[in-house]
Amino acid sequence: MKDIVIRFVIGGVVVSAFAVLGELFKPKSFAGIFGAAPSVALATLSLTVAKDGRGYAAIEARSMILGAVAFFVYAWLVSRYLLAGKWSALRVTVSALPMWCLCAFGLWWMLLK
Amino acid sequence: MKVSADISALARIHWYEYVPRFLFGGTITALAGIVAKEYGPGVGGLLLAFPAILPSGATLIEKHEVEKKHQVGKPGKQRGRKAAALDAAGASIGALGLVLFAILVWKLIISLPLWAVLPIATIAWFVVSGTAWVVWRSL
Repeated sequence: MKDIVIRFVIGGVVVSAFAVLGELFKPKSFAGIFGAAPSVALATLSLTVAKDGRGYAAIEARSMILGAVAFFVYAWLVSRYLLAGKWSALRVTVSALPMWCLCAFGLWWMLLK
Repeated sequence: MKVSADISALARIHWYEYVPRFLFGGTITALAGIVAKEYGPGVGGLLLAFPAILPSGATLIEKHEVEKKHQVGKPGKQRGRKAAALDAAGASIGALGLVLFAILVWKLIISLPLWAVLPIATIAWFVVSGTAWVVWRSL
């Protein structure tokens, strides 16, 4: 339980910090880069190495490659749908999250399982 | 278009707008640990690249653009969605850097200390993302 709480707090702080960085930059498309910052990875890898070792973290990082490919697909789709202008940002970003899951777990199933 | 940083932008952000980001980011980070424990690091590692910032970031950008347009008496719905679309386009470029980040961590974490691996991978993420953005803008 303690480990989960520590992860929650560190993750919240790191994600918020990158979100602040994204607010500082112009134009919007450049600032958007920070929306794909390795925030969750930075928050969690130190704890993972300390608790489970480098080999365990390396396996996580290998899977993260596929998660990042899924992120690219997700963000590209979100951008296309928002440009169409029919749905709000909240609706598009949330309703496209299953696409990230499908893509990430599908790639993992095909390549790493 | 020139890239610039505007510190005064921070003054326009309300503290409560960061609450969803903190909660969402914290939840995903905790979830990544729980999933890795339950289903192994192969599955848990996928969540290290979960879109934790983009949904709340794009939503806030849309909200701010709409508010700006309302102040001058114009409807800002389409403008807000276009601004959020640009943010998401930037995130898709950042995802290319995220792929490199993960590859570097995977390849280096066994041989180099963590205090070296994470900064190297983070700098590589930023350089590759920034370079890809410049190329994308010039197209």
